[in-house]
Amino acid sequence: MALARLNNLYRQVIMDHAKHPHNNHPLPQADHELELRNPTCGDVLTVQMKMQDGKIAAAGYTGTGCTISQASASMMTDQIIGKTPAEVEKMVLGFSDLVMGKEVPDQAKLLGDAVILQSVAQFPARIKCATLAWKAAYQALEESERND
Amino acid sequence: MGKKMNNWRADFPILAQKVNDEPLVYLDNAATTQKPLAVLQTVRDFYENDNANIHRGVHTLAQRATERYEQVRQKVTDFIHGNDWHEVVFTKGTTEALNWVAASYGATHVKAGDEIVLSYLEHHSNLVPWQQLAKKVGAKLKYIELTADGQLDLQSAADLITDRTAIVALCHASNVMGVVNPIQAVSQLAHAHGAVMVVDGAQAVPHLPVDVQELGADFYAFSGHKMLAPTGVGVLWGKLALLNEMPPLEFGGEMIANVGLYETDFKEVPYKFEGGTQNIAGVIGLGAAIDYLQAIGLEQITKHEQELISYVLPQLQAIDGLEIYGPQDPSLRTGILSFNLTGLHPHDLASALDMDGVAVRAGHHCAQPLMNYLGVSATARASFYLYNTKEDADLLIKAILDAKEFFLNGSC
Repeated sequence: MALARLNNLYRQVIMDHAKHPHNNHPLPQADHELELRNPTCGDVLTVQMKMQDGKIAAAGYTGTGCTISQASASMMTDQIIGKTPAEVEKMVLGFSDLVMGKEVPDQAKLLGDAVILQSVAQFPARIKCATLAWKAAYQALEESERND
Repeated sequence: MGKKMNNWRADFPILAQKVNDEPLVYLDNAATTQKPLAVLQTVRDFYENDNANIHRGVHTLAQRATERYEQVRQKVTDFIHGNDWHEVVFTKGTTEALNWVAASYGATHVKAGDEIVLSYLEHHSNLVPWQQLAKKVGAKLKYIELTADGQLDLQSAADLITDRTAIVALCHASNVMGVVNPIQAVSQLAHAHGAVMVVDGAQAVPHLPVDVQELGADFYAFSGHKMLAPTGVGVLWGKLALLNEMPPLEFGGEMIANVGLYETDFKEVPYKFEGGTQNIAGVIGLGAAIDYLQAIGLEQITKHEQELISYVLPQLQAIDGLEIYGPQDPSLRTGILSFNLTGLHPHDLASALDMDGVAVRAGHHCAQPLMNYLGVSATARASFYLYNTKEDADLLIKAILDAKEFFLNGSC
């Protein structure tokens, strides 16, 4: 059955993250916050981060979306905790390359569990779903850099 | 119906392919339709034999190209039962046509304090231009409500359309719910209060017989690519007196009568709107599409879509957890069905259907105010057309059940 191919996109880990997302809650007293909209479906995602000693101490997200955007937000918020803004920006760029099917050096080290979303590259229509949360984190950090 | 439909289907070479190893079931016709051989061959024939720029040059090819282009204007006039070919302005599509009405007619006729009445069903292209106009001139926007089953609420229309109303802009058929609006009744309300009736016909002209005069439209816009013609061509039909009052929006070649250093006289309607080299092959392709549709007959197409919807709707309604938006009575709709499966985002559903070869649209369908009105962020949308069959409907149902099994019954 052709649907068997869906398993390539919707791996068990991805389904688990979507069904039981991590960090899916508002973050009180967040230092960085940004709301992004997926223009094709209207889904809205808000990413928040709280800093301590120059690193991201906590990350959270709110909003609804498809399996891919929810799982990706869950994984992203897991992975950026403990990282500096510069490291996060590097991760976001690496993730963006990853889901577009490009080679990313040391991808497992850079992105941790989120490398499983590499499968999105085979489903080009869903790349925007996967990158939404990552873009929101990137822009949230960029915005505050500008404001500094 | 089956055999006849197979004959039409054979006219569309693109349909005879596999997608993800499954036969293609193309159900995204509300976004754009496929093109029959007759249209493809006409466009090719034009480029192979008659291509030249129109309305200029005395040479033979230029004359042939001009003739072929202008013949389509009369064809469009007859197709939508206009009065005079001067009323037919070629545009690049519905969006451009509606933008022109708002930016030209609207900007010169709508004043501060005037009201523009729209509905919750509108596509962004029949909404954002009016928002922009309202901001520019200080007019007010009002939205006609829907009934509980998603039809236009005529009582709400009657309440909102008043002597303050300058424009009523309404879709003939909804691109999300497929519901067909009672344009004639709303036009009467608009005219009784001296308002101008603007109709977005993008989702109606391909699917049902349209008579712009009987509808009482003052402006009527539609796109070629949703009715078997190439992309990049559309029509703005308008009453001659109103088109005459509209200043052109694009200035340049072909739309002028006489150019001096400081002053320019424009050509008459419709040429004053068609500045620059037009989509000549697209217009000629539109003519071939109209010929194709008329050979089948719009009544026949409506009937075919009704039969398909009557066939598929009860099967969709029977799927547990599947919500269908809009009237549940097939006779109130075109071939468009929007739905959601509880617990599954429409993007996930559309990806799953694609794996079964079934092409549907998922998203807000450029109708975010309607999505908010329905209380959803997005829907999946299957839209049928003349070349779709009951077999396509069966494959859609099967694919939805497959997706449901995959995502919601934990088989992954």
